[in-house]
Amino acid sequence: MNDAAIYLPGELEAEAKAADTHKRWLLSLPSVLIILFAAAGPLLVMVVYSFLAPGDYGNVKWEFSLEGWMNTLVQRDIFDDSLIWADAHLSIFWRSLSLSVITTVLTLIFGLPTAWFIATQPPGKREFWLFLVTVPFWTNLLVRTIAIQEMIRNEGVINLVLLKLRIINAPIQMMFTDFAIGFGMTYVYLPLMVLPIYAAVDKLDFRLVEAAHDLYASRWTAFRRVILPLIKPGIIAGSILVFIPSLGAYVTPRVLGGGKNLMFGNLIELQFGAGRNWPLGAALSLMLMTAVMIALIYYVRVTSREQADG
Amino acid sequence: MVEQNIRTAPTPRRQPRSYSVRSLPGFAVIATFTLLVLYGPIIILVVFSFNEGTSLAIWEGFSLRWYKQAAGNEAVQDAALRSLVLAFCASSVATVAATMAALATTRTRHFPGRTMIYAMINQPLMVPEIVTAVALLIVFAAIKVWTGHTSMIYLIVAHTAFCIPFAYLPIRARLETMDLSLETAAQDLYASRWLTFRRVTLPLMWPGIVAGLMLAFVISLDDVVITEFVKSAGQETLPTFMLGQLRRVVTPEVNAISSVILLAGVILVALFFRLTHRRG
Repeated sequence: MNDAAIYLPGELEAEAKAADTHKRWLLSLPSVLIILFAAAGPLLVMVVYSFLAPGDYGNVKWEFSLEGWMNTLVQRDIFDDSLIWADAHLSIFWRSLSLSVITTVLTLIFGLPTAWFIATQPPGKREFWLFLVTVPFWTNLLVRTIAIQEMIRNEGVINLVLLKLRIINAPIQMMFTDFAIGFGMTYVYLPLMVLPIYAAVDKLDFRLVEAAHDLYASRWTAFRRVILPLIKPGIIAGSILVFIPSLGAYVTPRVLGGGKNLMFGNLIELQFGAGRNWPLGAALSLMLMTAVMIALIYYVRVTSREQADG
Repeated sequence: MVEQNIRTAPTPRRQPRSYSVRSLPGFAVIATFTLLVLYGPIIILVVFSFNEGTSLAIWEGFSLRWYKQAAGNEAVQDAALRSLVLAFCASSVATVAATMAALATTRTRHFPGRTMIYAMINQPLMVPEIVTAVALLIVFAAIKVWTGHTSMIYLIVAHTAFCIPFAYLPIRARLETMDLSLETAAQDLYASRWLTFRRVTLPLMWPGIVAGLMLAFVISLDDVVITEFVKSAGQETLPTFMLGQLRRVVTPEVNAISSVILLAGVILVALFFRLTHRRG
């Protein structure tokens, strides 16, 4: 934003401007208070909860304890009470991380060409294609997950078609596998990859690509050396936008992964539900938030460097 | 390497390119495939919601029976009504708050704390939904025990909080591209501050406000995770009702409800698109 072109139309005196500025920030108070009460504040309460002892039936006992944080990584052996790695948790962390990375890569493989295709259409058609990608983006995530479920169930469309074509003899078990979660997340998060890359390609100066060709760069070289670096901010933005919700995904893994193939989000839910270990759940939530914050800080650093270079 | 190529290039006249730099080989194919995959499952879901039989994959003839069954189901009626009331309350409060916040953050010089306000408003976008959901569970469960009060107000407040950034974004975008000379003109013609706002600023930012309201409405209507953790017993919304149904046998009734939600979403997005992408 251009801070020089200021605002208060018709008033030229700097003092009047300053006085008005002081009053106007008050307008943001309702938003800030609501978010403080129903989003940011509860996170701080959760920090406190992560340092308390678990209650017998959920909730907490008000006594200081590091068990919650300890239990994220280690657990007591049931036989001799020694500390061992919490393998169940570690395998869930690993599944979350690897499925999120796979989802990000897959959305990039399909999203980049889609974004490029849309951005290089004539302007009239571009709006239409863009609209087509935006519609799934704003339609209910649960509904889209159910749609995927209809495709990959044992009696679902894919198995039915394959059986009819006699490619397979028995239905392939796709539901309740890691494949189902990865496929579902790629499907639901794809628009998040397309839209920022579209914005980057839209801004791309095609004269630079022509210049590369004029200087005898092959198509591939021009793509790798000219196009990719120029649309990199869009690619990074898209990757972050896909990676973060994948890491915290709850609905898609729950519906498509079933009870066994948990991800980070489902593990947290489990501690607040059947597990009845709220401090552990709080500690896990804070770990997830930290991972997300690291990804965001990386993104901000990379993009601000890009802007400084540009 | 490249420079050498230029110097030793054998022919002085460049071969004309036989292709456009705007097309990359294979990209159109992948894009078409992607869009087909994007819409395939949704279309199949809608088609089979009109299926006569109970099967979700074998077509047995056109029928509206699942729509009738869903419409006649009291639990569905209840959940649908609650979803609408909740989305209406949360999105309107969020839009008013976000409009004020957008005026506060775009029409002022940089003041200390503006970055803080900006970060605060966007905070719900940055934290994973499940984390916000369990944090709200902790706090609201305590308040519920303490006050004994278990009405919808918790859901409304929670939804309002995460709707604010979605309402804020289009309003802010609208304000930033607005022509300020009209307001200046109004003030030159001795309009008061309030009259200028009511007769000039507000009409100009109206498309942004409506877009923000619709976006917030859709976001509230779609929410599963936060609702699931905040709701008290018996406060099912359509998405949480459907999530509960998925644990049992999937019926085409869920497909019918999904199709209705889809249709509502598509209509709202189409309107939103017209408001924000209008040329000129």
